[in-house]
Amino acid sequence: MGSDQNLLVKLNKAGFSLNNKWLVKGVSLQVEKGKIVTLIGPNGSGKSTTAKIALGIYKKIDGSVEKYTNKVGYVPQKISIDWTLPLRVNDFMVLTESLDKESIDEALSLTGVIHLKDKNLGDLSGGEFQRVLLARAISKKPELLVLDEPVQGVDFTGEIALYELIKKISDELNCGILLISHDLHTVMSATDHVVCLNGHVCCSGSPMDVAKNNEYKALFGEQASQILSRYEHRHDHIHTDQGEIKKN
Amino acid sequence: MLDDFFIRALIAGIGVAIVTGPLGCFVVWRRLSYFGDTLAHSALLGVTLAYSMEFNIAFSVFIISSLIALTLIQLQKRTNLPGDALLGLLAHSSLAVGLVVIGFLSFIRFDIMGLLFGDILAVTVDDLLIIWIGGALILLILRLIWKPLFASTVNYELAEAEGLNPDRAKAIFTILMAAIIAISIKMVGLLLITGMLIIPAAMARNISSSPQKMVIYSIIGGLLSVILGLFSSLEFNTASGPSIIAASLFLFILSLLNIKQSIKLKN
Repeated sequence: MGSDQNLLVKLNKAGFSLNNKWLVKGVSLQVEKGKIVTLIGPNGSGKSTTAKIALGIYKKIDGSVEKYTNKVGYVPQKISIDWTLPLRVNDFMVLTESLDKESIDEALSLTGVIHLKDKNLGDLSGGEFQRVLLARAISKKPELLVLDEPVQGVDFTGEIALYELIKKISDELNCGILLISHDLHTVMSATDHVVCLNGHVCCSGSPMDVAKNNEYKALFGEQASQILSRYEHRHDHIHTDQGEIKKN
Repeated sequence: MLDDFFIRALIAGIGVAIVTGPLGCFVVWRRLSYFGDTLAHSALLGVTLAYSMEFNIAFSVFIISSLIALTLIQLQKRTNLPGDALLGLLAHSSLAVGLVVIGFLSFIRFDIMGLLFGDILAVTVDDLLIIWIGGALILLILRLIWKPLFASTVNYELAEAEGLNPDRAKAIFTILMAAIIAISIKMVGLLLITGMLIIPAAMARNISSSPQKMVIYSIIGGLLSVILGLFSSLEFNTASGPSIIAASLFLFILSLLNIKQSIKLKN
């Protein structure tokens, strides 16, 4: 009973095809309150597609999705905003839900962009915009957060701080997080459950289980699995060699 | 001093401008100017239908424009043709069919110029009621769908993911577009309605820093265009619909000057 009440979204052998080509097929996973589920996999393996299936953006899907909450915060991987709109950061924050000034300021402060509040969205840098996107998603105190590479383009120190923030949010709000990340360090240090995708689910389980999996090694290479095994011994700090493992 | 018909024209024009202001902003934001054109062209068919069946013009234009809009949505789903080609197809074919039907209605004397360019000075008290009640309804519904419509204008996937139902908002907005064209066709005519939607909103874009301000400036711009246009048409004895659009163009040019100044200030 208890675990059912905590369930936020559940994918049951879900798949999505476009122009007769499967982007992703047969994905089963579930996100529960207070848990962080991470999707990893090479480019084109269907991570973003899986996130969009979970969010209900794709409707004509194979299999099924059960969504038990409507309080969702989403940080998409790509976002194209039309600059024919005069839109300030403050307007963007209340895009999908009306918020009071305190909630807006709090979220912007947490991601370190409160000073940009009255700036035009088009004038922000990539990293600044990414921080605003994350602030918008958490400001509405969602039950389910879907973060598709939420720290892309953010400077390195900021990256660590934002991942810590994400972990903190998950604890404080007791919300479930579906995270897509290329950064295996983060995946290993903060995640409860890892799903490794390559058009289908290669393997899944706790970070340590996945690290030992042979399919995972085949997909990411020996180096990546070494990084993971290193984590078994040193959980307390993060190495700077992440650039090497991103490439595949 | 002012004749009765002129006051009626002013009241009608003001009513239309208040509604085209916010709708026009969405037309500009969502890049729908050709969509507006297409609906306006199809309005001719609605007008001829109204004459031949002795319907109310606004009502019949509303029905035909809505049908054309729904047809467009279906065609977009079922063909691989690009959107602008479909718009052109519907715009010109419905205009052509409308003109052909007019040919059959030789027993009715048609004021084609009035249809194309509007005749605001012939507005009746009934028309005023349609404009103001219809306009109020349009604004009320727009207010209700504002959040999902605006959110999906900024980013469709965000709106969909966070449960705002953008598809429904878009469908309702399409109907609102058909409605504004229906109630304002008699005023500015089917060739100039889109001008009334786009030009004040474009002017407002030049001088506003937030969406709310743009809506307000767009309404003010529309009101000024109507007042300026109507008085100058009285003064210079020019056609009223085109005079209103010309006045809005004048305001647009003024707003460009404003931009130049602010750029200079920045440097």
